Amino acid sequence: MNKLFILEDLDCAHCAEKIQNDVAEIAGVISSKCTLLTQKLKLELADDADVAAIVKEVKSIVNKYEPDVTVIEK
Amino acid sequence: MSKKLKKRLTRIIICLAAFILIKILEEGLHVFDTGYGPYCMLASYLIVYIAISYDIIKNAALNTIRGSMLDENFLMVIASVGAFFIGSYSEGVAVMLFYQIGEWFQSYAVGKSRASIKELMDIRPDYAVVLRDGTESEVDPDEVSVGEIIVVKPGEKIPLDGIITEGISSLDTKALTGESLPRDVVAGNEVISGCINSNGLLHIEVTKEFSESTVTKILELVESATDKKAESENFISRFARYYTPAVVGAAVLLAVIPSLITGNWLTWIYRALSFLVISCPCALVISIPLSFFGGIGGAGRQGILVKGSSYLEQLDKAEIIAMDKTGTLTKGVFGVDSIHCIAQDISKDQLLKIAATAESYSSHPIATSLVNEYLSRTGQNAEELKSHIDNISELAGHGIEAVIDGIGYYIGNDDLMSDKGIVVNNLPDDATSVEVGTIVYIADHNRILGCILLSDIVKEDAADAIKGIKAAGVKRIVMLTGDRKATAEAVAARIGINEYHSDLLPADKVDIVEQLIADRSADGKLIFVGDGINDAPVLARADIGIAMGGLGSDAAIEAADIVIMTDEPAKIAKAIQISRRTLRIVKENIVFAIGVKLLILLLAAVGFASMWAAVFADVGVAFIAILNAMRALKTD
Repeated sequence: MNKLFILEDLDCAHCAEKIQNDVAEIAGVISSKCTLLTQKLKLELADDADVAAIVKEVKSIVNKYEPDVTVIEK
Repeated sequence: MSKKLKKRLTRIIICLAAFILIKILEEGLHVFDTGYGPYCMLASYLIVYIAISYDIIKNAALNTIRGSMLDENFLMVIASVGAFFIGSYSEGVAVMLFYQIGEWFQSYAVGKSRASIKELMDIRPDYAVVLRDGTESEVDPDEVSVGEIIVVKPGEKIPLDGIITEGISSLDTKALTGESLPRDVVAGNEVISGCINSNGLLHIEVTKEFSESTVTKILELVESATDKKAESENFISRFARYYTPAVVGAAVLLAVIPSLITGNWLTWIYRALSFLVISCPCALVISIPLSFFGGIGGAGRQGILVKGSSYLEQLDKAEIIAMDKTGTLTKGVFGVDSIHCIAQDISKDQLLKIAATAESYSSHPIATSLVNEYLSRTGQNAEELKSHIDNISELAGHGIEAVIDGIGYYIGNDDLMSDKGIVVNNLPDDATSVEVGTIVYIADHNRILGCILLSDIVKEDAADAIKGIKAAGVKRIVMLTGDRKATAEAVAARIGINEYHSDLLPADKVDIVEQLIADRSADGKLIFVGDGINDAPVLARADIGIAMGGLGSDAAIEAADIVIMTDEPAKIAKAIQISRRTLRIVKENIVFAIGVKLLILLLAAVGFASMWAAVFADVGVAFIAILNAMRALKTD
């Protein structure tokens, strides 16, 4: 299962990397890819993953590194 | 520029103006020298300080509570607050002010690059007009299924891949290929999504779902291009991971140890604070991926799709290039190679005209190429040709017997000639030795008039392409082909390739590529260039696989690392040049940014560099490195 987020106004390269690494640690997330230049966070989720909880966690991680960024679920 | 960015800029400008004003009052006019002056000065600097840094202070505080120390916000706060405590007020404000300018500029630069990728992504169609039960309705391209008919008006994007069922037009493929010449299409032609319909109304039968269409494939490719990181990008991430803690550690040592020995705390704390200002690896972390992105974006605009930064990086080390012949160096379709007159009283133009006229009703590939050659030379249309024919009969497998303007002719192969008792003699030497696929003889009822040689045409820019690749420093170019030796030899000689292997089966190509990989030096890379249709295994085996003429070929887009959207082999040299240029910019940035930072660290440690120099080392270097990175976008 894949999940895509748009991180609006993301413009810091090493924040992107930190977000990617932290998000990958969330339970149920198999892999994560955060691309600065397309402002996209792509997640590969386990089939039994708790999507709502993951979305919440992602938002809080992004907010921690880049408070100005708006997280949009796709 | 986004609204947010504008607001931040306004804030920076106001704070900068206030800062300069206070600085002038302090040092130029000395108004703070007496009475309550020093307090007023501190108060004014503090106000500007808070105005410029409240958000950074907030982030630093939040992150400290959450337990992630040593982030850049925190370091900047420590450095600036420290500067205030030792009485260097203006430095304290300057650190934050310039840090904000640096951050702003980063956002601006990233936004700029993003705009250029958007330009590249402009090929995404927003809607499709589909013909259902005789009425046109506008729907999302996703909702159209295979077999339905879509209608594309002039000026609209073709939303889905398909075959034209009705209409004539020319297509603008510039967004896909960088090619500015329009492509003419008629009913029966295949068209791909992303092209713009220039003039005629087209009805197209959809052959692929939107998710499978060319435009979706290309967009996916471009979007994931930055996923495959180059070695230098990984180097920088690793460097950044150790750099910041190391510099912070050094700063702590610098503040404590010399101070304990000399007792001169203020001096050493000042120097240590300078260290903190330089400790952010921003310039590197942002400018390296930005350079690669610029290179990939610039290549994209030339119709060269690079699937990842790492391929751009490896292309720089190209040592051996193996190229497929058919479809890569040659067009893969028959065309008129040369015309030879045998009878004395006939010209080449007349021969071609006779052949083209006789073949004008036929749909055989050879007939088509004869007719096309004649029409493109004279600018006439096919109807005009047909009007000269009085009578015509096709002799299957042999040729045509035609009566043109009252005179009878035979046009066909040597079997036809011998059947009709025509003696073929006086053939020019090169007509038999040349790399021909086919010879078409033209005779009237008495004698042979001449012949036309048709062969797989070498692309116009093939010779230039080879020259360009050699000039780019590639040591060895090898041509691989399944064709006969004579053909291979002739093509190789014509375009300037010395080494070729002929009579190859697809599996042989893999073996040769394996051999070439063994031959190359440890650092060098082997590139294979093919048309992508039957070369997938070789494309995958080579260090870098480049597919030619990616338009419409799924296999090419999937198997290759780099896809050249136009059919031009000259783009290979161009891709190498872009790679060289991008890599040079990357190296410049690495050396420049690390060099300046280390230099300033050294100078700050011994007291030669002030905090101002440290601010430059941080923000100034980032600024210059980003500007340099953005050069990579320009590829013309």
